Amino acid sequence: MLDIRNLHVRLEEEDKPILKGVDLSVGAGAVHAIMGPNGSGKSTLSYVLAGREGYVVTEGTATLDGQDLLAMEPEERAAAGLFLAFQYPVEIPGVGNMTFLRTALNAQRKARGEEEMGAGEFLKLIREKARRLNIDAEMLKRPVNVGFSGGEKKRNEILQMAILSPKMCILDETDSGLDVDAMRLVADGVNALRDAGRAFLVITHYQRLLDHIRPDVVHIMADGRIVRTGGPELALEVERNGYADILAEVA
Amino acid sequence: MTAAARLREDATRRRLAALGLPEGGAWANAARRAALERLAAMGLPVRRDEYWRHTDPATLNAPEAAAAELPDGAAPPAFDAIDSLRLVFVDGVFAPERSDDPRLAGVEIERLSEAATRDIHWARELYGTLEARGQDPVARPFAALNSAFATDGALIRASAAAERPVALIYLRESEASDAILHHCVKVEPGASLTVLEAGPGAARLNTVLEVEVAEGAAFHHVRVQGRDPARRSVTHLFGRIGAAARLKSFTLTKNGALTRNEAVLELAGAGGSAHVAGAALGDGAFHHDDTVFVTHAAPGCESRQVFKKVLRRGATGVFQGKILVRPAAQRTDGYQISQSLLLDEDCQFLAKPELEIYADDVKCSHGSTSGAIDETALFYLRARGVPRAEATDLLVLAFVAEALDEIEDDRLRAEVLARLEGWLTRHRS
Repeated sequence: MLDIRNLHVRLEEEDKPILKGVDLSVGAGAVHAIMGPNGSGKSTLSYVLAGREGYVVTEGTATLDGQDLLAMEPEERAAAGLFLAFQYPVEIPGVGNMTFLRTALNAQRKARGEEEMGAGEFLKLIREKARRLNIDAEMLKRPVNVGFSGGEKKRNEILQMAILSPKMCILDETDSGLDVDAMRLVADGVNALRDAGRAFLVITHYQRLLDHIRPDVVHIMADGRIVRTGGPELALEVERNGYADILAEVA
Repeated sequence: MTAAARLREDATRRRLAALGLPEGGAWANAARRAALERLAAMGLPVRRDEYWRHTDPATLNAPEAAAAELPDGAAPPAFDAIDSLRLVFVDGVFAPERSDDPRLAGVEIERLSEAATRDIHWARELYGTLEARGQDPVARPFAALNSAFATDGALIRASAAAERPVALIYLRESEASDAILHHCVKVEPGASLTVLEAGPGAARLNTVLEVEVAEGAAFHHVRVQGRDPARRSVTHLFGRIGAAARLKSFTLTKNGALTRNEAVLELAGAGGSAHVAGAALGDGAFHHDDTVFVTHAAPGCESRQVFKKVLRRGATGVFQGKILVRPAAQRTDGYQISQSLLLDEDCQFLAKPELEIYADDVKCSHGSTSGAIDETALFYLRARGVPRAEATDLLVLAFVAEALDEIEDDRLRAEVLARLEGWLTRHRS
């Protein structure tokens, strides 16, 4: 589903390479995790895939089901089925959460040549999805993420994911700032979305989220490259020994 | 004589030479002469005046209105879909044949030119009175000029809750019309009235709206200054708000070469409330100036000023807003915010917020900001599939929402919002 080949990226503002040849392939139905120390390029990878400005791809490719992601606008990537759950969900004063979600859903549908969803049907859909994530009606009425706690923001990201129903979900440090209960809620939300047609790339610093969202494959990223790939046991190894051993090994 | 004084005298003389005092007004004649004396004493403004530092009055001072191309397209005037009593003015002249029958339960509606010929009339106490009060401490020469030379306008007195709004619809058919309109509104104790205004309806328009809101009464004012890119206008709203009375005014301005909207409001009775708000959208040759002066003269009153400007391609926005709290006005609650969203780098926003407080138990806050679209929010929306243009519109609407929320009536708010959205769609980059 997601194929990244030899991806090199630098910052636009300064000539500083961040990604130095990332190779990664995630198949439909799979859950991959990327772990790595701070500054290894994990978040940059997620931003570059989603189309955030400020980065320059100097080499390599990234495709989603064969479509060249890097040639697409962020909204086109979303309509093609890519979703990034932000590490820091953005507050948008004045835009109601519900309006935001419906606008997004219908914009994607329109881009795909599908019919827009009516208000009644949308309301039913959002109520059902929100209930599962313990999101109350009040939170849906409030402006996007404004005044939300850390946990509420992350649950709101998963709600958006559930509504937009993307095929490739990237979760960027979704566990950061969450207590154990909130993490379980978020993980349950993600697990409920797992199916044969959908893939996940879970970016995390710690192993604990992976106790709840069980990955099929774990990658270790360091200094802009994937330095090791293995099964779930790799995450446990990181948990036990930290990154130092692995980094020393590949250096 | 200083250079500024010479400029002022010259401008005033040339402008007055082009005007003649209207004839045939019994009580109005005295009011007009008094206004002319006020004007002669203060003179017309010049650019060097502090109050006109950011807005060049030259085109407003000119003896004749500069020709302004008629807006293209026959877009219906604002509030077409609102059930209201319509009073239509074409190039500044009342057009009875295009207006509704001016009968509304509990509301008296008359034409200024007709009422002026009568010896006794309620408007005698009001016409030019609030304007004259509003000349201190800052001169407002175009308002004095208006009181002296206005020939047409509406006199509206509500003694009950009006069941429909009265809509003043200004249409324009001439390229060089120069119109002066003066309206007086009196809302009697406990009564309520909504007045709508649509369109500048002249190449150059000068309007004064004097509103007396008596004890426990409520006055709502919603105005749309519409799609007329080349016109110029200067407007004044003078409001005197009695005890436990409420005044709310909202203006949407879309385009226009020059707009100066002044609001001069006096909270004269305990427990009164005055809200004045505006959203201005400008693209290119657009200069928009909101000048507001709110005086708290009585205790326990509340006032809000909420002004939002969305500027594109070199447009200019100005805000001058003052809250004056007199010694008697304890327990004042005053709020003022002026913000602009600069969609292009060559736009500018000039703001001068002022507080002057002589009471000690007062809560007053003010803020002024200008900035570009929040790129982080824009990316977030796009990452969820909302295309750039729509995402920008959504953020612009969010930006002006606080001003729009000042419109209480849901249908009027929806009408204004639709106009605003239409403008955004027509002015995407």
